[in-house]
Amino acid sequence: MNPAIDDEILNILLEEGINLICSVPCIMLAGVLKKLDNTSLTHIPVTREEEGVGIAAGISLGGGKPALIMQNSGLGNSINALLSLTKLYGLPLPLIISQRGGKGEKVLAQMPMGKATTNLLKAARIDYVRIKKREDFIKMRKMIRKAFGNNRVTAIILLRKLWDEAH
Amino acid sequence: MKRIEVIKAIAKRDGLIICNLGLPSRELYHLNDKPSYFYMLGSMGMASSIGLGLAIAQKKRVYAIDGDGSLLMNLGSLTTIAHHAPHNYCLIIINNESYGSTGNQPTLTAQKTDLEKIARGAGISHVRTVENIQELQDTLDHHREEPLVVIAKTDTFSADVPHIPLLPRFIKKRFLNEVAKG
Repeated sequence: MNPAIDDEILNILLEEGINLICSVPCIMLAGVLKKLDNTSLTHIPVTREEEGVGIAAGISLGGGKPALIMQNSGLGNSINALLSLTKLYGLPLPLIISQRGGKGEKVLAQMPMGKATTNLLKAARIDYVRIKKREDFIKMRKMIRKAFGNNRVTAIILLRKLWDEAH
Repeated sequence: MKRIEVIKAIAKRDGLIICNLGLPSRELYHLNDKPSYFYMLGSMGMASSIGLGLAIAQKKRVYAIDGDGSLLMNLGSLTTIAHHAPHNYCLIIINNESYGSTGNQPTLTAQKTDLEKIARGAGISHVRTVENIQELQDTLDHHREEPLVVIAKTDTFSADVPHIPLLPRFIKKRFLNEVAKG
């Protein structure tokens, strides 16, 4: 989609000290996921987002710094573990979420979760930022630091226009 | 054999334990509470995944105690374990053919479903089914080079043990300290 944006996302993850990524694929994140395996990050593709939440909790318990990359539909697949595991024990986890189901979405099935995503995060009391343009990347860094500094789940929502507008 | 006997045999060993929620964690706590035990209080299905992450992140031996009903909620985990688990990982699935913490409703492992075949089919090479404590101990004694999955067949008995009085953040904090000791 836009390699410069993919690189910037990867650089932030590396510079913030994350050492293991669990991921479930999304077309928006395909470029990031492809490049992950050429970095020093350990990458574990998981079968379902909730599984990634479990692995990430184990990584934190072992002294590592995990992140979970997924589409917003995956938030629905993982919310119980995010709350009754990660949040309950006060474990850190930044969620890197691609937002489907917004303006210009061509797949109708993406719309319900697209509309519910930020409300679900609010209901779960998970702090989030929406990254729309390059200038917003500083907010992404802050949200990752908040996760590890305060032992919390935080969410970074990446919007499609981030890749579109940066050409 | 009884589940509490399986848990007791694992607790005697040197390593970190991730224990499934509900009665298994309560039985472990009742047997002998240690900082190296991570008691799950929620997130049913996540034991094998938490154990996997823990085994990847550090070098101590990890025993993840899961249940048949819980594993059936997260079967994909076996495929990830097959491809990413390090040699210090041991997953013990207690198969009592029931949801023991919610009133012993039967699981499908009581019928046609064979967890050993599923684990092998997922790509895990070292899978053993054990029916008594001696077999369990022998299997764990010989665990060296590769990740291991053990299916321990037990009856539906649950010990009459109280709830765990520890706060989740306390369980985490002392577990982290234990891991950091090296």
